Amino acid sequence: MSTDNSSKAYWKETLALVRNMLIIWFVVSYGAGILFAGALNSISLGGYPLGFWFAQQGSIYVFIILIFYYANRMGKIDEKYDVHED
Amino acid sequence: MGLQAMTYLVVGLTFAIYIGIAVWARAGSTSEFYSAGGNVPPVINGMAIGADWMSAASFISMAGLIANMGFGGGLFLMGWTGGYVLLAMLLAPYLRKFGKFTVPAFVSTRYYSRGASVVAVLCLLAASLTYIIGQMTGVGVAFSRFLGVSNSTGVYIGMGIVFLYAVFGGMKGITYTQVAQYCVLILAYTVPAIFISMHLTGNPLPQLGLGSNFVGTDMSLLSKLDQVVTGLGFGKYTTQVPGSLLNMFVYTVSLMIGTAGLPHVIMRFFTVATVKDARYSAGWALIFIAILYTTAPAVAAMARLNLHATINKAVMQTDGDFFAPENSIIYAERPDWMKRWEVTGLLKFKDLNGDGRIQYYNGKSKDADFLAKVEAAGWKGSELSVNRDIMVLANPEIALLPNWVIALVAAGGLAAALSTAAGLLLAISSAISHDLFKNIWFRDMTESQELLAGKIAMACSIVVAGYLGLNPPGFAAGTVAIAFGLAASSIFPCLMMGIFSRTMNKQGAIAGMLSGLGITMFYVFAHKGIFFIKGTEFLGLFGGKSSFFFGISPNAFGAIGAIVNFAVAFAVKNMTPPVPEDIAQMVEDIRVPRGSKAVDGVH
Repeated sequence: MSTDNSSKAYWKETLALVRNMLIIWFVVSYGAGILFAGALNSISLGGYPLGFWFAQQGSIYVFIILIFYYANRMGKIDEKYDVHED
Repeated sequence: MGLQAMTYLVVGLTFAIYIGIAVWARAGSTSEFYSAGGNVPPVINGMAIGADWMSAASFISMAGLIANMGFGGGLFLMGWTGGYVLLAMLLAPYLRKFGKFTVPAFVSTRYYSRGASVVAVLCLLAASLTYIIGQMTGVGVAFSRFLGVSNSTGVYIGMGIVFLYAVFGGMKGITYTQVAQYCVLILAYTVPAIFISMHLTGNPLPQLGLGSNFVGTDMSLLSKLDQVVTGLGFGKYTTQVPGSLLNMFVYTVSLMIGTAGLPHVIMRFFTVATVKDARYSAGWALIFIAILYTTAPAVAAMARLNLHATINKAVMQTDGDFFAPENSIIYAERPDWMKRWEVTGLLKFKDLNGDGRIQYYNGKSKDADFLAKVEAAGWKGSELSVNRDIMVLANPEIALLPNWVIALVAAGGLAAALSTAAGLLLAISSAISHDLFKNIWFRDMTESQELLAGKIAMACSIVVAGYLGLNPPGFAAGTVAIAFGLAASSIFPCLMMGIFSRTMNKQGAIAGMLSGLGITMFYVFAHKGIFFIKGTEFLGLFGGKSSFFFGISPNAFGAIGAIVNFAVAFAVKNMTPPVPEDIAQMVEDIRVPRGSKAVDGVH
């Protein structure tokens, strides 16, 4: 890492990415899967009530997408600030 | 070939594979022993984490739990997978960059204190030992039920197998054996599920089958199930909640952060070559875990429907009357699988109204309309008690699947229990040999002495685990949940603050860990007795169960413990001397991937 400024910017961008990922993580599991599941149940996805689907299927699929998206974005951020491994 | 011979063949074959891998992957250095030499590819590592993570409880008990809880069972599914998002983004890459073998080693360096490290070792040992008891009893149960040997012989055989590949192979042997065990357990779980989904919905994919129409009708499987369970006085399957939404919420938080704080899982991220690989490892692990975790809710709902359909013929009729006498099956004409499972005591029948038929419904219902119908039908209570483990173990028999599938389920249950036990043993032995012996008591140990100490520690842990598996302490059943509470309230916050706060000092961290742990144990003891001794519960002091802290269940309290931990840590930090400059610099340093090196044990 070359300067303090670039190291601060790197950390800021990392935290922003993590914050966005965790907002989605929270919305699909605690939001759609628990707090608002009752309301979402009036919509159906195939034979699934939507809230039930989020609690027992959907949130898990979203978690997987989140981790891979995060890993990919972090790789790009690492290169942008030239802190990636060789 | 008979069922017994087939089971011996399949189990024998899988064991031969595990031993073969152990011989191939012997560990020659501490680095191979603790972190498999630090160059396991992310996909392989993900698969090994999956096997490590999915224990006898995930394999055998989870579907049964969900079958009973319905919608609320989602807390296990979300809790035990959502933790991987936290691991991938908040802990794994930074701990990998830090580059030490164990969690206490991080704590001891980051908080420049051997005291903090000892507290971390204690948390780790408490969490891992309680967990391993369940695995060993699981091995004994699987052996005695499927292979016809006694429970204790089963535990001895299991100990022998784990000894062979864990003691000689260390992390390297364990990682590659777990890959094989993952394949066995996932086949064993999904094959019966595919058959049953096909049978009930015509869709071979259980994840889609659960959202399909019940075969031969235009009604979805889940609405059919809702209709059946409410008709029999149970809560509605797709909306039933454990306690309250608040309790479900807090319970899910506790499982998620507990997952992210369990040392035997965190350790696995030291086995990959780079920080980048650590991030992807968590993603791969979650994919492999999700294959089982998205199948489980289908197994749960379908097994529940199958069970009711077996006992009450009205289930399969359109607008059938559950209360018509001829719809309850006659006990003497029950199917063969019920007879077999009655022998094990997991299924019990008691003819309360003396009509020779089985009535199975919610005997604890408070609904007046339902109770009136029960009264009118002359039912005197639910006559069947069903252990939740049957939902997975007897599933292939209920669906009349071929013998090789039943044999596969036996091998899968053993693989799940053995792989988790091995991972836990490694976490325990590294805490003892590396964090206590090498870093605290005998600081001048050579590498070969440490390797020997690690192997001896592991051999001793196997004996202790086997002993506890044969003589499980009275509180064993409730303690796996406690392991999550411990990890959530002590280890997770301590690691988080170590990475994300430059200024957290040792006084804050130690005070935080102790108070988080303390308040969690206090709450658990209030419900379950001081050190689980019956009769010493002190809930009465707080006005009884439902009014104490919003009625949150003790298993869900880890999240509250974590909040207390954070609050106390920051309060104490502000009153004590600041963190040394070189430690603050180290925190900056672990935030960037460049300069990651192979993990080692040197301080």
